[in-house]
Amino acid sequence: MACEQWREQLDRYVDGELDPAQAGALSAHFRGCADCAAEVLGRVQLKRSVQMAGKRYMASADLRHRIAKSVAAKPRHGAGWYWKVLALPALAVLVFSVAVNLYVGHEEARRQRVYSELADLHVAALASSTPVDVVSTDRHTVKPWFQGKIPFTFNPPELQGSEFTLLGGRVTYLAQAPGAQLIYQVRKHEISVFIFQDRGEEAGLPAGFGHPQFFNVQTWAQNGLRYFVVGDVGAEDIRALSKLLRDAG
Amino acid sequence: MKVPEKSVRDTTFEDLAMPLFDQLYNFARWLTQDTTEAEDLTQETYAKALRGFSSFQMGTNFRAWMYRILRNTFLTSRTGLKTTVALDEETNESLLPVENTTPESSLIEQASREMVQQALTDLPVPFREILLLCEVEEMSYQEIAETLGIPMGTVMSRLYRARKALRDLLRKKNEGVRNGM
Repeated sequence: MACEQWREQLDRYVDGELDPAQAGALSAHFRGCADCAAEVLGRVQLKRSVQMAGKRYMASADLRHRIAKSVAAKPRHGAGWYWKVLALPALAVLVFSVAVNLYVGHEEARRQRVYSELADLHVAALASSTPVDVVSTDRHTVKPWFQGKIPFTFNPPELQGSEFTLLGGRVTYLAQAPGAQLIYQVRKHEISVFIFQDRGEEAGLPAGFGHPQFFNVQTWAQNGLRYFVVGDVGAEDIRALSKLLRDAG
Repeated sequence: MKVPEKSVRDTTFEDLAMPLFDQLYNFARWLTQDTTEAEDLTQETYAKALRGFSSFQMGTNFRAWMYRILRNTFLTSRTGLKTTVALDEETNESLLPVENTTPESSLIEQASREMVQQALTDLPVPFREILLLCEVEEMSYQEIAETLGIPMGTVMSRLYRARKALRDLLRKKNEGVRNGM
């Protein structure tokens, strides 16, 4: 089949609207056709961009409350006043635990959102024809390259005696804030290190480990900077590189 | 989100409708481009849906039903009447990629989230809403057809044209940024 005929199916492929046989045939075609593969990658990226950009507005708690109240199902049986008195302490505990759960759930959702975005940045950089803008294994070349490009400076670690190799770096953005992305290699796997200014509690995340889309992520704040180490390698490698960065920072 | 018929007796409107609150508000805000209007639209949608819930047919798609009410309410609002433009769906355009000088992957890579949001805002409502339903709400073509009340073929052609319009806008914005530098 000519490329033109395949390409008529690209949108349906990206939207998951092809049946498995058609999707399989198209996937096989991509393996042998760089043009169609690039075309489908562009469409996937557009889809992801709209997906991220489209989740933009949050309703006020007041509106939610008003609507929830207006559609609340009416209780079938009226409870006696004594039951209401007995239920008050239980209700207070319930409200408190719901509030705690909501807060924890919100924090977890926010953490996952940031991790997913970083995983996207990592994959997009590796898929790019120029994954790094400064190509060098020398930290003394990479660090000065960022001068004037980002509003802070940082210390790349000394890698002698470790398994890691620095491949280079590029400027990146998270939530419209500029930062540095350093790409390291360990046993043919690439790991991205993202460094941004730590913008306080409201924007920062607690140090910890996450697993968005099969990637491991380690994050911490140090000297006013927020570090994220993202890669598809094992947790041990992520921790080892994180330790080198911590010691250098 | 199909509601099984056997659960009719156990399911309340609240159980089905409140989980959709955040996404319905987001959609309303994108359509109206105004916080107060979006709040009014969401509230009116819930009020209408609650009144009409007895006529909702269990076993059919509740989410598409809610979105359809929201959209129809918007279209008959003052802002909706002003912003909706007629679309010529009888297009014979092939669903092939647009020839251009910038590869799409590079185009998207250069576009910030803010730029995509601005481009979405600048799109005509029929293009904006179909992109939001497909990409953000992750509706199938069938669900989109039910929500918008249009045939599947029109869903595909409108989606194609919406994406093309978005790419064109992003390209213009990228060129504007480059020329401004």
